[in-house]
Amino acid sequence: METPEGLSVRVLWAIGVIYALLIAASLIVAIMKRRGASEATSELSRRVTSWWFMITIFTIAIVTNRIVSTVFLGLMAFLAFKEYLSLIPTRRIDRLIVLFAYLAIPVQFIFAHQDRYGLFLTFIPVWMFLFFPIAMTLAGKTEGFLHAVGTLSWGMMITVFALSHTAMLLGAGDKAGPAGGAGLLLFLVALTQFNDVAQFTWGKLFGKRKITPTVSPNKTWEGFLGGLVSTAVVAGIAGPFLTPLAVPWAMLAGAIIAVSGFFGDVTISAFKRDLGVKDSGGLIPGHGGILDRVDSLIYAAPVFYHAMHFFVFSGRIS
Amino acid sequence: MSRYLRIAFFAIIVRPVLLIVLGMNVRGREHLPKTGPAIIVANHNSHLDTLTLLALFPLRDLPRLRPVAAADYFLSNKLLAWFALNIIGILPLERGGVKKNPLAALEAALDRGEILILFPEGSRGEPEQRADFKRGVAFLARARPQTPVHPVFIHGLGKALPKGSAILVPFNCDVIAGAPFQWQGKAPEFMEALETQMTMLAGQGQFQPWD
Repeated sequence: METPEGLSVRVLWAIGVIYALLIAASLIVAIMKRRGASEATSELSRRVTSWWFMITIFTIAIVTNRIVSTVFLGLMAFLAFKEYLSLIPTRRIDRLIVLFAYLAIPVQFIFAHQDRYGLFLTFIPVWMFLFFPIAMTLAGKTEGFLHAVGTLSWGMMITVFALSHTAMLLGAGDKAGPAGGAGLLLFLVALTQFNDVAQFTWGKLFGKRKITPTVSPNKTWEGFLGGLVSTAVVAGIAGPFLTPLAVPWAMLAGAIIAVSGFFGDVTISAFKRDLGVKDSGGLIPGHGGILDRVDSLIYAAPVFYHAMHFFVFSGRIS
Repeated sequence: MSRYLRIAFFAIIVRPVLLIVLGMNVRGREHLPKTGPAIIVANHNSHLDTLTLLALFPLRDLPRLRPVAAADYFLSNKLLAWFALNIIGILPLERGGVKKNPLAALEAALDRGEILILFPEGSRGEPEQRADFKRGVAFLARARPQTPVHPVFIHGLGKALPKGSAILVPFNCDVIAGAPFQWQGKAPEFMEALETQMTMLAGQGQFQPWD
């Protein structure tokens, strides 16, 4: 069954399930608060409140229409890139080059919207990558050149290019499965965020052996594996409903999202630790900045998209 | 009329731009004055400093907030003067070689319960570099010794819109407000306390070099 704009009713049902989980989380936090307020519970409460806002904004963005969805995803990439650029040391002389880097965001998302796979793949990794050093060379300041061009290119890749894969999912058309491109996007984003929460919860309950003590001391093998299994199970249930994947492939997709999400998380942790900041910003109460929230998606989105593109959209797996 | 224009300008243009194009990380919001009279003292890197400080307060406080700005710059042409006086709501201050008491208008505003916003560096200067505070703020505090002085440190707006540039490049900014203090009886001590406060506030952030 299809709604007038082509949005599958399956997406709405899945969103309904997410809200049910959110209500359950709010009830649990309310009960914890009644048993005794502590700093940890009020932090948890702030987080859940922020989840209400984020899920509602995301819901509005994906159910309205594809243009609104793409603009929303582009805005998310912009906020992540801006947060990145505000944290790192930059050179005064590169101000206009930074402005050009921002202007590349709408271009990249237009390519994604038009489903131009070749341009989408080359615009930032080839064209912008070659453009930044040219612009900086012509500006004429060699002091700090390598650092400036390196950090700008890496930031553009890790935020804009990586996150733009979310918009690319929306263009999968009839290959996207029973719930359309919006179904794939919801599958990816919901499972990435679910995996974050699952890893955190398993880690809090059973965490002992640290994986990366110097980068992210709260990450444990118990949390990682618990998250991996939980995410694979949920993916196995949601997959046949939201994607063209059968149960075993959907579980594998869930596992891929969990592992890549973990690496996104620790990569951004390493970046923040290098700069000596705990949170990347203060945009989302209880969570930190936007980079803190989309860190897992930064790895999960390109890995999931390209796995889907290579194996599923091409018909290699059906 | 201009009062509504002012509120509309801040609600429709300034706040959305600050929220999306710039983005603010505010620390110590609880230290900002809830009522007037009060003096807010901040470092100055950009024209955006004033707009950012004004946007930290609820819209209903807007009529009470008065940025103090140089008369020779902001009243230099008619259009700018209208905008500065009616929309930003500045209190013009004569710079250099003035007769009588140059602070009379500021003192009167404090007596009316208004909140003054002061940039004692005197000019935006080199972006993201602090310049020495001028002593006028101490004379104002001496004239109204009961008025609380709120130090606020701002970082990042000099990158977004530095002096001499008309192109805004998005960067997040940090606003760190400190606990208020009062006139203690001597100008050098007051200036030293203010300087210490600002250095302390600046030290709360992890700011990377920009040059």
